[in-house]
Amino acid sequence: MRNIRNFSIIAHIDHGKSTLADRLIQHAGLVNERQFRDQILDNMDIERERGITIKSQTVVLSYKSKSGEVFDLNLIDTPGHADFSYEVSRALASCEGVLLLVDASQGVQAQTIANLYAAMEHDLTIIPVINKIDLPSADIEMAKEQIDHDLGLDSDQVVLCSAKEGMGIEDVLEAIVARIPPPEENSEKPLAALIFDAHYDPFRGTIVSCRVFDGKVRPGDLIRLMYNGAVHKVEEVGFFRLFRDPQPELSAGSVGYLIAGIKTVADVRIGDTITMDSNPVESPLPGFKDVKPVVFSSIYPISSDEYPSLVDSLDKYKLNDAALVYQKDSSAALGQGFRCGFLGLLHLEIVQERLEREFDQAIIMTAPSVQYQFTLNDGTGLTVENPQYYPDPILIKSSAEPFIKATIIIPERYMGAVMKLCLERRGSNPRIAYPTTARVEITFDMPLAEVVFDFYDRLKTITQGYGSFDYELIEYRDSDLVKLDILVNGERVDALSIIVHRDRAREWGLQVCDRLKEEIPRHNFKIAIQGAIGGKIISRSTISPFRKDVTAKCYGGDITRKRKLLEKQKKGKKRMKMVGNVEIPQSAFVSVLKARDE
Amino acid sequence: MVCHMENTLNATSHNPNPPGLYIHVPFCRSKCLYCDFYSVASSATIPAWLEAVQREMRLYGENEERSGGSGAKSGVKVEGYAEKHGEKSGENAEILRNFDSFNFDNFDSLYLGGGTPTVLAERDLAALMDSAHKHFTFLPDAEITIEANPDGLSAGKLKTIRDLGINRISLGIQSLSDADLKYLGRTHSSKQALDALDLIRFSGFSNMSVDLIYGLETQTIPGWKKTLDQILEFRPEHLSCYQLTFEPGTPLGKMKAAGKVNSIGEKLESAYFIYTSRYLEREGYLHYEISNFARSFDLKSRHNQKYWTHTPYLGLGPSAHSFHSGSRWWNLKSVRKYCRLLAEGKPPIESSEILTEEQLDLESLYLGLRTSAGVDLNELGGGLRVGNAFAELQRTGLVKISNGRILPTRKGFLVADSLPLMLNV
Ligand SMILES: Nc1nc2c(ncn2[C@@H]2O[C@H](COP(=O)(O)OP(=O)(O)O)[C@@H](O)[C@H]2O)c(=O)[nH]1
Ligand code: SF4
Repeated sequence: MRNIRNFSIIAHIDHGKSTLADRLIQHAGLVNERQFRDQILDNMDIERERGITIKSQTVVLSYKSKSGEVFDLNLIDTPGHADFSYEVSRALASCEGVLLLVDASQGVQAQTIANLYAAMEHDLTIIPVINKIDLPSADIEMAKEQIDHDLGLDSDQVVLCSAKEGMGIEDVLEAIVARIPPPEENSEKPLAALIFDAHYDPFRGTIVSCRVFDGKVRPGDLIRLMYNGAVHKVEEVGFFRLFRDPQPELSAGSVGYLIAGIKTVADVRIGDTITMDSNPVESPLPGFKDVKPVVFSSIYPISSDEYPSLVDSLDKYKLNDAALVYQKDSSAALGQGFRCGFLGLLHLEIVQERLEREFDQAIIMTAPSVQYQFTLNDGTGLTVENPQYYPDPILIKSSAEPFIKATIIIPERYMGAVMKLCLERRGSNPRIAYPTTARVEITFDMPLAEVVFDFYDRLKTITQGYGSFDYELIEYRDSDLVKLDILVNGERVDALSIIVHRDRAREWGLQVCDRLKEEIPRHNFKIAIQGAIGGKIISRSTISPFRKDVTAKCYGGDITRKRKLLEKQKKGKKRMKMVGNVEIPQSAFVSVLKARDE
Repeated sequence: MVCHMENTLNATSHNPNPPGLYIHVPFCRSKCLYCDFYSVASSATIPAWLEAVQREMRLYGENEERSGGSGAKSGVKVEGYAEKHGEKSGENAEILRNFDSFNFDNFDSLYLGGGTPTVLAERDLAALMDSAHKHFTFLPDAEITIEANPDGLSAGKLKTIRDLGINRISLGIQSLSDADLKYLGRTHSSKQALDALDLIRFSGFSNMSVDLIYGLETQTIPGWKKTLDQILEFRPEHLSCYQLTFEPGTPLGKMKAAGKVNSIGEKLESAYFIYTSRYLEREGYLHYEISNFARSFDLKSRHNQKYWTHTPYLGLGPSAHSFHSGSRWWNLKSVRKYCRLLAEGKPPIESSEILTEEQLDLESLYLGLRTSAGVDLNELGGGLRVGNAFAELQRTGLVKISNGRILPTRKGFLVADSLPLMLNV
């Protein structure tokens, strides 16, 4: 057991986490040069493009140390976004130590600190690693000083490397072996294994990633998932190399996978404890949370005859994403669709992109909403996350919306701008702390609705990427909520309605009108776009008709070119939605989601 | 007209519309600022080009004896083309394989376009026409057009042109305002243009077309009317009135991108268009295509109409396009490369496409909607269905229906680029 090490790499985005992971894998001889393709762990297109890890992957590296001993190093990859902070925390809970990566030219950044906190919460051994020392702009002394000063870590302990050039990789591996403690030896106790991830495999069902803390598990065992008490018979256990490598057992301290005829990933809960049905532990491992969706939005097929194919795609998609929840929904403008719940806005975008790319679905998503609570005059309570079900205003006695505690860590110089942003977003009760000298931690109470749109993007912009943001739900608070409708040539586009605080309605209405004006192409008649609360128009914009678009000449070479253009436009038209006689492109529905501020 | 590849490959002999021949003469005295035709402002490569075009004619025409019935050169059958000249694989290979079945029947039009074909010396023009007649057969009443520019025209040259059997002249005048001409980068004056018109009529050409451009910043509607009036005094049989476009890559296009020149805006552009259409119709012209006007039905440009009706045409010279039986191919846009390939005995084709039935239908639809003849509802294939949107188009006065055809109105012409899309196809 002494020869196992469980660790993660944590870093600010772009500091080289994926590159280092690839290097370690390559060094361990898991793949040869030919098989080695860049950034093995981030294997989904979207992740690669966005440069973030969404679904974590785990891999075990065999490493023969300088002392000649062979170690199994379990590298547990972590997702890189606040929407998935719970998954990160479960991954970290499965480790004994982390590599905290710092870019030699960028130094310590906001996420470095947030990640450090997360690692400290789990009481992990932290190895500071300075990466990119090959860069001409590398300033190792500066980075060391910040590690000392801002992070409070011992800079003498820093390991230097260049993941890209393959320098210092041995040192990193040696540090892991020497400094991260081996997992405790508790194989004789009753089984307790932490589920930190789950993937769907079309042939085997759910592949559960787990860390065994106590006991051991073998094929044939009857295991119990403590969250719902479901009992499954283990078919296979093993380690992740780049493929699954079956083992006779997983014993305390190891990290690996388990296949037990579990049909979908939704049948397991990240953070749940696996125990033995015949000899269960008394209480589950700490830290389990049943993550609930906080952002809701409806998905519609662009063309209604594609509804069956959307149903099918969602079902398939869901096999691999337990966090997504959905139920049937319908809209006058968009037909039949689904109301979906997401962990956050990024999660929403990922689902959208994957449905479009991997499942080839042309979809429209409606403006995201949080869950509102209404109390009616007769005392009934009502929870509404879909503007369609906004109750008749005369019946409403009171309304409330969810509030969060938002924590933002920034370099001091951005404090003014960030305070301003938070106040605009109805933030209240600011608290300020100084975790390290040059950094400020600001805490606000804020309506969740104010952050589900583009708060994080805005924060990143105004802090030039130095702002880190985290939040937790606190409570529902009374709030004056109205329903804002959008009318296009007098027809209400129900998919564009939102529930919004009265003070924010006008601004929102104006922005939606402007955005739609940009996105809806001119027609050969005039189009009026209006925002309305009840019968009252609060914002408007107009799209003037086009008079002329003809091109003057069309001879030999023009004919093919023009046809190709038409073919492209025809394709674009298929992605339009008719509201009355106005064609609204999908992009218009999407742009509304981003319609805040500048 | 819907072409089904399978049935039409060998069916051109049944085509009531004889094919057209186009020869691209890619030389100009200097480049106009708005021009996006392929031409070079140098005469250095004329001899090489002439030799190459003659070779290209041979490529298409060499088997003439075999295809002719009784020794007469009745049409061009490009047999064995692929084997002799073709590529082994790639996109063009398909087209080249099909060459054997591209039977270009007797032509009833020849168009010497450019560029400025009149920059050719009389001797070269004669050689060109001679080769054309040697390799291809023209029907007795064929329309034979040459494009010309006012500068460099002389009575002597015009006489030669007529003697060569060229019976139609298309003169690029563009404007009779010197400010406009300067803006466009034309090298002639308005006086030279008027002189050229005189000369053409004097030389006995009874079929003349004039090219004009409107919608310039330097122009006003009264100024445009003045140009039209002066031109109309010559009663040209045909007029092409183009709205100025700023094509990317042209000097004017770049100037526009840099904010140095501007378009006159959609409102004024429409005003010019409507004005021109009304005025010329009142003067007795048929507005038969977006930019084209003819003094009578018979005086429409026979050659250009082939482009709009999927009638076969063979294009020779750099950048020229050809169409036959649902296939389209086009030559390289470089005199140098064009000549080199032909010297090696290879076809100078840059690229090609084989149109699907759906693509042919789409082209028929959009090209038809650019002409006053419109589109025959019945001839639109299965892929195109006319729905509710159609009623809406009639209601808004963009199209009307007559004898089972959809005809664009003048207002419809203005939005001809989106009419096909509005039809919900
Ligand atoms: N010069 C240099 N570039 C590196 C090094 N490590 C990573 N990079 C580059 O930094 C960028 C971000 O790396 P990546 O591993 O994707 O970062 P992640 O976002 O933390 O996963 C990529 O362009 C890498 O090629 C290094 O040691 N030296
Ligand atoms: S004369 Fe005609 S072809 Fe030559 S540059 Fe001017 S517009 Fe172009």
